[in-house]
Amino acid sequence: MSGFAQNTFNGLVSGAFYALLALGLAVIFGMLRVVNFAHGAFYMLGAFGAYVLLTEVGVPFWAALVIMPVGLGLLGMALERAVIHRLTKLDPLYNFLLTFGLTLILQDLVKLRYGVQSSPYETPSLLSGSVNFGLFDFPTYRVFILGFAVLLCVAVWWVLTRTRIGMVVRASTERPDLTRAFGIDVGRWVTPVFGFGIGLASLAGVLAAPMRAVNPLMGADLIIVVFAVVVIGGLGSIFGSVAAGFGIGLVQAWGEAYLSAFPIVSQTIVFVVMAGVLLWRPAGLFGREEAPA
Amino acid sequence: MLRIDNLSAFYGEARVLREVGLEVAAGEVVTLVGRNGAGKSTLLRCVMGLHAGQRGTVELDGRDITRLPAHRRARLGLGWVPDDRGSYATLTVTENLTLPPTVGPDPWPLERVYEAFPALYTRRDSAATMLSGGEQQMLALARVLRMGARLLLCDEPTEGLSPLLVRQVGDLLREAKRHGVTVLLVEQNLHFATGVADRHYLLAEGRVAEAMDNSEVRSRERELLAYLGI
Repeated sequence: MSGFAQNTFNGLVSGAFYALLALGLAVIFGMLRVVNFAHGAFYMLGAFGAYVLLTEVGVPFWAALVIMPVGLGLLGMALERAVIHRLTKLDPLYNFLLTFGLTLILQDLVKLRYGVQSSPYETPSLLSGSVNFGLFDFPTYRVFILGFAVLLCVAVWWVLTRTRIGMVVRASTERPDLTRAFGIDVGRWVTPVFGFGIGLASLAGVLAAPMRAVNPLMGADLIIVVFAVVVIGGLGSIFGSVAAGFGIGLVQAWGEAYLSAFPIVSQTIVFVVMAGVLLWRPAGLFGREEAPA
Repeated sequence: MLRIDNLSAFYGEARVLREVGLEVAAGEVVTLVGRNGAGKSTLLRCVMGLHAGQRGTVELDGRDITRLPAHRRARLGLGWVPDDRGSYATLTVTENLTLPPTVGPDPWPLERVYEAFPALYTRRDSAATMLSGGEQQMLALARVLRMGARLLLCDEPTEGLSPLLVRQVGDLLREAKRHGVTVLLVEQNLHFATGVADRHYLLAEGRVAEAMDNSEVRSRERELLAYLGI
């Protein structure tokens, strides 16, 4: 029983990362119709930035948790203005290629300076140790990540569904042309939404630094699964991306624990789930079929 | 109030409007009639700023708005009632109503909208696409009234509605007109058109074929109906 609880808990923690990354991809896709391949690179930059801030400048984890998302969010906004923006009127494939290229550049820049070996990042002292919930000892830091990610997802959901900004973002995502005809400058919201999505990815990166190996390829390893998550949840669906993020975290953890005798199955289970969902619901679990333009 | 000059519009290579010129005075209700494919909806989309391929000029209150993006036009007082009713699935009925900013001198407060449309009040927290077709049409009209738009661009607001609802749409447009609102209306229902409008333009193959007043439309109703293929 305690083994199951432990696996479930670990699944939810890795699900929290999937959810934060998928959430950012979903709002970006909804608003820009851009599949941002560079999302994983910003996750990696978040983690690496936290590492560099700590080891070279002495800036602690808690400050990095604010500095990295804001800084990289601004960098994302600059990138959107400078390059992505110019391609949004073309076939979506162009921006996919552009962000793929950006990923390679960002990864290699980090490799050039820091090499490919993993760097350790110390867990902040406040969150070291473990908490006992009766069944077994949960590492405090992982409990923190799970709680923090859930709070963030709820906060984003609240902003999107309960505020005027959220209403404008939903309307612009669903029917951009119509929304313009109602006096709303949809273009003005594109850059901040992109920056916000990047900020979420960077935040996930900072959170990952103390528990995952910080290295230039950490984002590339993760992003493929996150794409599967977004597709399962329904491209552009906010709720779907979060639900599928946690769901896939669970499926993966259970798969690794109980199907470890069949490594092929446990390593590919995410994509098997994705294929199954797509056969059953081509628009994903919570996606809507695109209305003909 | 609205003046269109020498307006041509294209879909790729195909030309759907040819040097259209027409005027709508403040406080007038004017309809565009014509067969399917005559270019009526495209004309409205050009006025709203939603059609990319166009030549010619569109003036509002003597100001050239041809180069203005749609959201700036809306803020000058244009109210868009699209042919598909433009309901947002991800917005509640109330959000659909309050999404556009108020732009005119005489916007309807939300309470007044709900008094006039009790059905919308009952469903105010549902997704707008859960409403019936008639209710969605009312929502589309209520939305531009709440904006306080001075010039309504209505693309077939009576299409697919029951006779009772058609009458209600007529009452609304007449009331808006009483309050000084100007309306440019695409309409296939000639009986409805003569009941609410002051003048009519017949569009044929992308051109203004004729300008008619109510008595002319009534006296030629049979001929026009045959022409429109209804």
